Amino acid sequence: MSDYRKIITDGLWTNNQALVALLGLCPLLAVSSTLVNGLGLGLATTAVLVASNVTVSIIRNWVRQEVRLPVFVLVIASFVTAVELAMNAWFHDLYKILGIFIPLIVTNCTIVGRAEAFASRNPVPAAALDGLAMGLGSTSVLAVLGGMRELVGQGTLFSGAHLMFGESFRGFVFSLGSDYHGLILAILPPGAFFGLGLLIALKYLIDKRMEARRARAEAEPAAMAPAQG
Amino acid sequence: MDEQRRQMLREILLSAAVLGVFGILGAALVAFTWSATADRIAFNERQMFLRNVYKLVPKQEITNNLLKDVITVRDPALSTAPVKVYRARHQGKPLALIFSPVQHPGYAGPIRLMVAIRADGVLGGVRVLAHSETPGLGDRIDERKSDWILGFSGKSLGNPPLEKWKVKKDGGVFDQFTGATITPRRVVAAVTATLLYFKKTHRRLFEAPAETNPPNAPEH
Repeated sequence: MSDYRKIITDGLWTNNQALVALLGLCPLLAVSSTLVNGLGLGLATTAVLVASNVTVSIIRNWVRQEVRLPVFVLVIASFVTAVELAMNAWFHDLYKILGIFIPLIVTNCTIVGRAEAFASRNPVPAAALDGLAMGLGSTSVLAVLGGMRELVGQGTLFSGAHLMFGESFRGFVFSLGSDYHGLILAILPPGAFFGLGLLIALKYLIDKRMEARRARAEAEPAAMAPAQG
Repeated sequence: MDEQRRQMLREILLSAAVLGVFGILGAALVAFTWSATADRIAFNERQMFLRNVYKLVPKQEITNNLLKDVITVRDPALSTAPVKVYRARHQGKPLALIFSPVQHPGYAGPIRLMVAIRADGVLGGVRVLAHSETPGLGDRIDERKSDWILGFSGKSLGNPPLEKWKVKKDGGVFDQFTGATITPRRVVAAVTATLLYFKKTHRRLFEAPAETNPPNAPEH
């Protein structure tokens, strides 16, 4: 497997920051009440992650070891503030909903974690790809968890899609019908923990199954060989 | 020994310089983004505010520049925070007052309301600007969750009479929510307080000279 492919599969699956590393849970649990909210915060985080990874990779040979972490924090904080202002300007309604969780991207351990563990040791293209893959890995978990909670909790999907994609998507909402009043538990904070627990268990099951299949695939030719011979 | 100390000092200064440079670069990035977005952000805030106002007072009736015709009032009987009063006029004549935000304690935190009262004392309507009520229970005061808040439009101090400005459980006319009485009770109390304040002061409020320095980005 090539390096780049490994970076991608690591970020999206093997070392998924939300499901495996369990980093950045504060925004993950707080914002994932609807699919669009989760997607919005996930993409904002991804943008910061790519920018900070690239910057850290560029400066990796110049910054002295002793001040490395403070510099990373400065870089990340600057990018987060820039992203926050940009969202306020161009995605104002979404910005209003995500509120405090945009500036809190600074405290998302995924970002400083990837800066330290990957970007400070790898060339720029690999660091950029790592940021993108890790970011999208977290984003997909945020979106799936948000979708689950929204569907169970209020019986809709894509509510508020116009906040992100423009007015033409206002009618894009999928609804279970007005008879479904929703299970409040899914929207409340415990719902986020239940949902995340289910997703982690699901990933574990899929991994187990794939492992079993691989083991069988490896065992089969060996078992077949004497029969054929 | 001396050489060693000088070496250490050099290291420290160098590290400090690196940190300083990144501090300056970071600040520059933020400053640049801020200057590129500030106007647009203020514009967004004004648009959102006006969009809310126009739901309560029809746009075509307002002929003055609402955002420039503002006063601030402080009265604990009206609100726990200073209230901006935006004065809508129709060809110079008083049309409506928009109190925003009127802040009262809710169940889980302050509830901030926008209350529009027409010159004759009839409510143009009420909207919730911000709250932290329980999702699924108290948050039905939010226009996006239920149309409960729309029930205030057209009401006034005589309609229903003052003693009926309560939730049904307390002998009034306004619905409470299943499982959440406190939140709607507080909202009804806040709206009543605003109506009483209006009744007492509306002449003065319409006539007071406008602030020379109105907020560039009103809360919405």
